[in-house]
Amino acid sequence: MSKLVQIISANKKFKTPEGERVTALDDVSLEVNTKEFITLLGPSGCGKTTLLRSISGFEELDSGKIIIDSQEMRNVPPYKRPVNTVFQNYALFPHINVENNIGYGLDVIGIPKPERNRRVKETLQLVGLSGYENRKPIQLSGGQQQRVALARAIINRPKILLLDEPLSALDRKLRQAMQLELKNIQNELGIAFIFVTHDQEEALTMSDKVIVMNHGKIVQIGTPTEIYDNPTNEFTAQFIGESNFFTGKIDNIENILTIKTTCSNTIYLKNFDKSKIFKEKNIDVFIRPEELLLESNQFTEKYFIECVVKQIVFLGTDFKILCDIGNNKIIHSVIRDAHRSNIDKCKIESKIKLYYNPLSFKILKND
Amino acid sequence: MTKKNRLFLLLSPFTFYSLLFFLGPMLILFIFSFLEPGIYGGVEWNFYHDNYGRILGWADGEFEDFDIIYTIIFLRSLRLALITVLINLLICYPAALWISNLNPKLRNFFIFLITLPFFASLVVRLFAWMIILKPSGILNQVLISLHIIDEPILMLFTEGAVIVGMVYVLIPFMFLPLYASIEKIDLKLIEASKDLGANKFITFFKITLPLSIPGIIGGSILVFIPSLGNFIVPDLLGGAKVMMIGNLIEQSFLMGRNWPFGSALSMMVMATVVIFLLFYVRSVSKYENETETIK
Repeated sequence: MSKLVQIISANKKFKTPEGERVTALDDVSLEVNTKEFITLLGPSGCGKTTLLRSISGFEELDSGKIIIDSQEMRNVPPYKRPVNTVFQNYALFPHINVENNIGYGLDVIGIPKPERNRRVKETLQLVGLSGYENRKPIQLSGGQQQRVALARAIINRPKILLLDEPLSALDRKLRQAMQLELKNIQNELGIAFIFVTHDQEEALTMSDKVIVMNHGKIVQIGTPTEIYDNPTNEFTAQFIGESNFFTGKIDNIENILTIKTTCSNTIYLKNFDKSKIFKEKNIDVFIRPEELLLESNQFTEKYFIECVVKQIVFLGTDFKILCDIGNNKIIHSVIRDAHRSNIDKCKIESKIKLYYNPLSFKILKND
Repeated sequence: MTKKNRLFLLLSPFTFYSLLFFLGPMLILFIFSFLEPGIYGGVEWNFYHDNYGRILGWADGEFEDFDIIYTIIFLRSLRLALITVLINLLICYPAALWISNLNPKLRNFFIFLITLPFFASLVVRLFAWMIILKPSGILNQVLISLHIIDEPILMLFTEGAVIVGMVYVLIPFMFLPLYASIEKIDLKLIEASKDLGANKFITFFKITLPLSIPGIIGGSILVFIPSLGNFIVPDLLGGAKVMMIGNLIEQSFLMGRNWPFGSALSMMVMATVVIFLLFYVRSVSKYENETETIK
């Protein structure tokens, strides 16, 4: 697999209207392979859109390099770059019909009519919009507009397709259907997708590789499972899925690590590297809400956190329990459908035990 | 208060005003145009179609004569008005395009500059143009001192002077609608076009220009109507040589004391304007149906 895109220490600062300088990209480096589905994930303002726009050529970097297909992109205008974009609100041309919107990329580079028509037809078929050729964008539903935007962007057969939160305007059902469809289309076309989103579910569902960004920096790169199971920092742990964080001091190191937290609970942790752990040192750990259970089994009966139920939230298939573990620190537990009967035992303000497997706790950092 | 009542209240000042001061006089003009001119001014209440006959060619030749000069003046007015529209469009479009790309503060400043001439009286501004254009005027002096010309050329009292004056007077009417429609164009569309491989020129002709057509039509109509009926500019800058239909109407009313004939001329101007306006409303409403912005 060759490197299709290389971004080498990209930096970009913006000036706000108030005259402040805001860092949008801070020493960002990454690589994209051919046929890869990459997701840039982060909250709004984290620099992911700036990065995308630098690749498409609408922003010029302050420093750093963008190399696409072994060609340096500095001073290459957007219309000469081998990338196409699906814009956030689609940016369909309102004055021309679906067919001409999709054929636009071919028309402006002067592809002969017969081939142009054939490719437009093909692409319409691929996105399932045959028969809509003569509609104006305004006469289409949101989902259909989205497909036109996609068709318009892939018809030039770019090496890379950039997608700037393309699904954010769709309702949940349609969004989930489009996620799968996008993935299928990507497989079929065999081009690299760089997908920008702030929706972690979207990122985890579709990507081969997720790039988590915050404050203009890449905080973690990995496969969806790596990112979810082994976040290397608090931001990722919090942003991808939910997490309960604990800060404490290491009390005892044996087969099992004993931690006294600042809220005077005791936490046991099994999965750790002994060479890096020292007694009396500070340590940050976290556990996912779905790993905190109301009932015990043979692995968890000795390990639990005592707490007071503050709120119970119904999530559809799951319940979420918010509990106070002392000092007003609230932790979350998500109770899966199968254990729903246990919910009845929980009363607001009652004391409960949340059991966990000591393998479930993970270390964020220790010093 | 019901919705109906409120609407009635809101619209009544406008309705009252336009009925009284716009439709009323219009009706009077329309009726007068079919009446016989009185010997000492005023009208005789007899049906009389020779007012139109003098212009269009069926006058009896006894009391009223058909004269081709009216057609010539009418066509000249039409031609000068269309040239004014065209030149104004060519001047304002690049400016509007440029200003709509500036940051909002600068934009407002430039729009202020464009409307600035309105703060001074029209007649004063046209006298300034006379000073610039007259044989001993500033422009001739500059050209002579630069040795581009040897002796003053006649600039004042030509069609050129009239066009220059009308273009100048009507610039805001072209600029503002153009600016409004260009400024409305979503920048993302321009980016999308470039992203799809179109350079600046193709993007302009395939995206920006078609999307600004409502502004082009609007501005053109707004410039066309006052240029067609204009009489101050041709009066001051055109002199007796460049008479336009507006001057003819003014003369029939004030000097000729022939109100019915002046009314008939006015009706002709209005008919022309209405035809252009119908074309405008039809094309714009058709266009707007097609290009409502995507939510």
